[in-house]
Amino acid sequence: MIAPKISIENVSQLFYKSGSPFVVLDNFSMEIAKNEFVTVVGTSGCGKSTLLNIVGGLVEPSDGQVCIDGIPIDGPGRDRGFVFQSYSLFEWLNVERNIFFSLKKSAMKEREKKETVRHYINAVGLSGFEKAYPRELSGGMRQRVAIARALVYKPEVLLMDEPFGALDSQTRGMMQELLLQVWEEHKTTVLFITHDVDEAIFISDRVVVMSARPGRLKLEKTIELTRPRSYEITTEQLFMDAKKELIGSIREETLKTMAVPSGS
Amino acid sequence: MKIMSKNRKEQKLSISRTGIPKRGKVKFFALREDIPRNIYILGGAVFIGLVLVAWQLITAFGLVRPLFLPAPVDVIVEGGRQIREGILYADASASIYRIVMGWGFATLFAVPIGILMGSFKFFEGLFEPFIDIVRYMPVVALIPLTILWAGIGDFQKFLILFIGTFFQQVLMIMDNVKQVPVSLIRVGQTLGLSRIEILKSIVLPSAFPGVWDTFRITMGWTWTYLVVAELVAADKGLGRRIMDAQRYLATDTIIFGILFIGLLGLITDYLFKLSGRFLFKWNRGS
Ligand SMILES: Nc1ncnc2c1ncn2[C@@H]1O[C@H](COP(=O)(O)OP(=O)(O)OP(=O)(O)O)[C@@H](O)[C@H]1O
Ligand SMILES: [Mg+2]
Repeated sequence: MIAPKISIENVSQLFYKSGSPFVVLDNFSMEIAKNEFVTVVGTSGCGKSTLLNIVGGLVEPSDGQVCIDGIPIDGPGRDRGFVFQSYSLFEWLNVERNIFFSLKKSAMKEREKKETVRHYINAVGLSGFEKAYPRELSGGMRQRVAIARALVYKPEVLLMDEPFGALDSQTRGMMQELLLQVWEEHKTTVLFITHDVDEAIFISDRVVVMSARPGRLKLEKTIELTRPRSYEITTEQLFMDAKKELIGSIREETLKTMAVPSGS
Repeated sequence: MKIMSKNRKEQKLSISRTGIPKRGKVKFFALREDIPRNIYILGGAVFIGLVLVAWQLITAFGLVRPLFLPAPVDVIVEGGRQIREGILYADASASIYRIVMGWGFATLFAVPIGILMGSFKFFEGLFEPFIDIVRYMPVVALIPLTILWAGIGDFQKFLILFIGTFFQQVLMIMDNVKQVPVSLIRVGQTLGLSRIEILKSIVLPSAFPGVWDTFRITMGWTWTYLVVAELVAADKGLGRRIMDAQRYLATDTIIFGILFIGLLGLITDYLFKLSGRFLFKWNRGS
């Protein structure tokens, strides 16, 4: 058996709300293989972002640990790239410089850096916009810059927190295909968060459903659809079956959050 | 795409550059809507013109005695006299020097301390209570102390301007720094940047437009403290001239001095705005 790229080991997270503690993650464990594309879905507030921030090293878990290649992480690091839901681009830098920023600490030669930046600008379909400032870009274009910025320094793990959440459904579909295309070409391990089940099935090797708060691993579903994928697969039986199973599972959790008064 | 071509090819489009829609009326009183630029500027000029005309009329018809309100012409004549005798130049250079030094020192301290306070809760907790206390102290009341500490030379003037400016400025810069989205800082962390690198290459550039605006506003406040700074033991200066004129009831000198300070303030304000627009091209349209 190959050692997992990411292993999340018994991670628990407590937060304090107006003095009283409440559990957001409860003994969450999961392993992700090298170059695997895993998506986490779950109802709003179940702790998906918290989980991702813990893997990214931005939040220290109350209990448990996260290992990359078997080594426990200690804070954020260059081995894990992050794409946030809010575009979080550097407004004062143009597209090219935004992406270049990630290579600041890279050992590459200046020329090589420029080449790499150009390559990724092309890969996310932004050639011609190198000199444009974020303010001049549409939401989809901004998020493409953010993706290129996270990919360009080739982190071994890519963490994405609802990166397409703010986009309209058309742009969203395009971005999913684009992401897969880029990922096929530059394979990395991806941990992706969304609440869009179609999106999860379309892009992932494996979809993980989290229970309502406190977040536990509720269901794991391996998506056997062949790659490379195009949007036609959304009508395949395999896709439909997976969708039915996942939606049912999430629905159960959503109903729970509505029936039981929050708190506890 | 659309936006890009708008920026690049604006001149080639047939849209009139005045900003007035081709058809339909211009709405002057639409809530939070832009109005044509030239009307915006014209309005300001017309209003100042009206004030001047009213002033001229009031004095021309002798509604107020010249002792209380001299005619605009008298004020202009007084200005001419000051220029000819070199008084204005000496006063203005002495005052501008004080403003630049007072504001400059305040800024020199406010920027790093403000950045520390905005970035690290520890420094906010450490300094803010103290600053809040000093901030409410009347600067005029500090004149005797500043004389004791700094004598009666220019340094005492810097000190007054410093006190009047620094304690407001540092809090505003702290706020500017806090406006930097946390997610940008997170990006820096995931890229493996150190705290210093994040402050330097993310927090600073991101907060810069706001800080620049703070510079502009606080410079205005420094100007308003000029008269206070020159209240005691100054032989030259725009504020000094005004205080002296009070003794001789030279209202024309007073009004000229006030207007001149206003003018200089306006010019500095404009220079800051202009350079800001040039420095932060990426921020245009906000
Ligand atoms: N720093 C924090 N302090 C206190 N409570 C927090 C903190 N961060 C998150 N929480 C709480 O933890 C819970 C889970 O938050 P989280 O952002 O992980 O949910 P999520 O699954 O990402 O939700 P969504 O789908 O809406 O983004 C929420 O109830 C939230 O209010
Ligand atoms: Mg979230």
